[in-house]
Amino acid sequence: MSDTVITVDHLCKSYWLKHQLQAGRKQSVQSEHFSEVLTRFISTPFRRRDSAEKAASREEFWALKDVSFEVKRGDVLGIIGRNGAGKSTLLKVLSRITEPTSGRIEIDGRVASLLEVGTGFHPELTGRENIFLNGAILGMSRVEIKRKFDEIVAFAEVEKFLDTPVKRYSSGMYVRLAFSVAAHLEPEILIVDEVLAVGDAQFQKKCLGKMQDVSRNDGRTIIFVSHNLQVVQSLCTKGVLLAGGTIKVLGPTSEVVAEYLKSLQSGFKIGLEHRRDRQGAGDIQFTEIEMLDQFGQRIENAISGQRVTLRLHYRTKADHPYRNCRVSVSAHANGVVYFLLSTELVRSDELVLQGRGHLDCIIPELPLSRGEYYLNPFVESNKVVQDLVEGAWPLSVVDGDFYGHGRNYPPGWEGIGVLVRHDWKW
Amino acid sequence: MAKLIIEAGQARKHYWRDLWRYRELFYFLAWRDLLVRYRQTAIGLTWALLRPLLTMIVLTVIFGRVAKLTVPGVPQPILVLAAMLPWQFFSNSLSDSSNSLVANANLISKIYFPRLVVPASSVMVSMVEFIISFAIMVVLLFIYHYPITWHFIALPPLVVLSFLAALGPGLLITALNVKYRDFRYIIPFIVQFGLYVSPVGFSSSRVPEEWRLLYSLNPIVGVIDGFRWAICAKEPMYWPGFVVSLIVIGLMLFYGINYFRRVERKFADII
Repeated sequence: MSDTVITVDHLCKSYWLKHQLQAGRKQSVQSEHFSEVLTRFISTPFRRRDSAEKAASREEFWALKDVSFEVKRGDVLGIIGRNGAGKSTLLKVLSRITEPTSGRIEIDGRVASLLEVGTGFHPELTGRENIFLNGAILGMSRVEIKRKFDEIVAFAEVEKFLDTPVKRYSSGMYVRLAFSVAAHLEPEILIVDEVLAVGDAQFQKKCLGKMQDVSRNDGRTIIFVSHNLQVVQSLCTKGVLLAGGTIKVLGPTSEVVAEYLKSLQSGFKIGLEHRRDRQGAGDIQFTEIEMLDQFGQRIENAISGQRVTLRLHYRTKADHPYRNCRVSVSAHANGVVYFLLSTELVRSDELVLQGRGHLDCIIPELPLSRGEYYLNPFVESNKVVQDLVEGAWPLSVVDGDFYGHGRNYPPGWEGIGVLVRHDWKW
Repeated sequence: MAKLIIEAGQARKHYWRDLWRYRELFYFLAWRDLLVRYRQTAIGLTWALLRPLLTMIVLTVIFGRVAKLTVPGVPQPILVLAAMLPWQFFSNSLSDSSNSLVANANLISKIYFPRLVVPASSVMVSMVEFIISFAIMVVLLFIYHYPITWHFIALPPLVVLSFLAALGPGLLITALNVKYRDFRYIIPFIVQFGLYVSPVGFSSSRVPEEWRLLYSLNPIVGVIDGFRWAICAKEPMYWPGFVVSLIVIGLMLFYGINYFRRVERKFADII
């Protein structure tokens, strides 16, 4: 038996977008209304629409273009890419929900796909009933569900509410139960979409642990889409970076993640000045963030414990000075704030901003462990918020020597806490 | 296990075997629909008895007392119910299966399974309701001391026949419904209209002889005639009409399945 369980060969998938030119605005609609078909048929019953006319109103959109790769038995393949890169389409084609436009896939083994948590859950049914229903929908047999029933219930921690309709569940309980059923699937190939984005952190960890066990101990193959790069890095053995429906990089996870970060960064660099998703009055705006090392050289990645300067470039709309300013930048990852660096915390003199310029924030020793963080810059003047851009700039930190002896946070702790200088006595 | 090959426009080679492999899902979906149907109702499954009972009384009065469309020797309630049971089974199956794909859109867009499972399983609820409401018939036969003949053995195949009669158009309409939601408005109309053009309140022997063959083009006519023949056993079977109905049912089923199979691969993209 060959070791390759999935072969994807020149896979393409296109969708037809229909455009209606309405009041000068281009609008895409998903499908033709029956009334349109009918009126067209009634008005011109014997004329086939010529292809030029057809082409004008429809546009082909390639969600996947010439994608080829192989997955070996026991691989955990992480698929990353920005929104709209084709990740979900790829999973849908792989799990046979939608058909490819061209190309070929060969799959050797039983596939289960988990594109959504709790697919088929019915609110009127009790927890117990939903376990059976959902299990069957995900491809488990009745015998299999019965055998694992207790395990599923224990994992979800919903013993007391088994006979309550799930519509009365808290959202947390609902998600836990749904996850739990999915976590007990035992296919040879598991296809998972970004489902780990929901649920509380503790439960997420439990699920990840379960998935890890499954792939390591039983040699099961997993294909996994996530935006959480840490998860991808810790879980996956191989990675694929998709962009615009094509494969950009295919290889070891670390390479793929690094490439993805690079592409994000280059995107952000152009981005900040032109970004629209900002809050505040907008009289003062950030145009760029630069990261400099101890020698004043621009860097892409910071090292734990390194002396780092964050250079915030700004621009004011009017030419007059904006008085009583406060500028801050905070570091985030996975929705958690790691630290806040704010002018009023360390300086008591007035900050006045005018025209174009930059401010430097110096961090003598970067107290972050390896991981991916985001910087949110903020500026206000006379207590009026002027600019706040969430996720304005990615801060990628690699392992360094914070404690001066070459040892770093143990595995599993990277990226989930700040480094604190400390000592022990005994 | 054989390798699974996914290609564009591929005709599924093992379509029916695949369908068989998903029989548990079929069972679970039917079970779900059944559980959900009478959740949070005070009298639950009693509705399955009450609805046909009340309809039967109304139809008995209208067609028996007012319109005088009776058959000598057959009590009107039995005459009406013998047709109403298959009619309700047919019409409920038709409406449930027609709406089934859209009602299960979340499944279609997130999970693979042979899509035929959905409309087929949605009919099971009506099947169970049919069996429950058949109790009314048993009670009526007992009350009127109506004799049960050997014709009764035709009932199970006739039930299957009405299932198939509903499935053909049901598959066609549910597939069309995925793209054009207009069809969900057509179904209640067909069902309402059908009650009057089908021989539910009266015997189809009332239809003039020269029109009877044409009348049997309505596939449910053959099914209802069969039920009356099996239960009432008073009038001879009109075989030419029955065969016509059978052919129509067969053709519709064939066309329904073919159309369904042709378009089912696109369901997830357009639902």
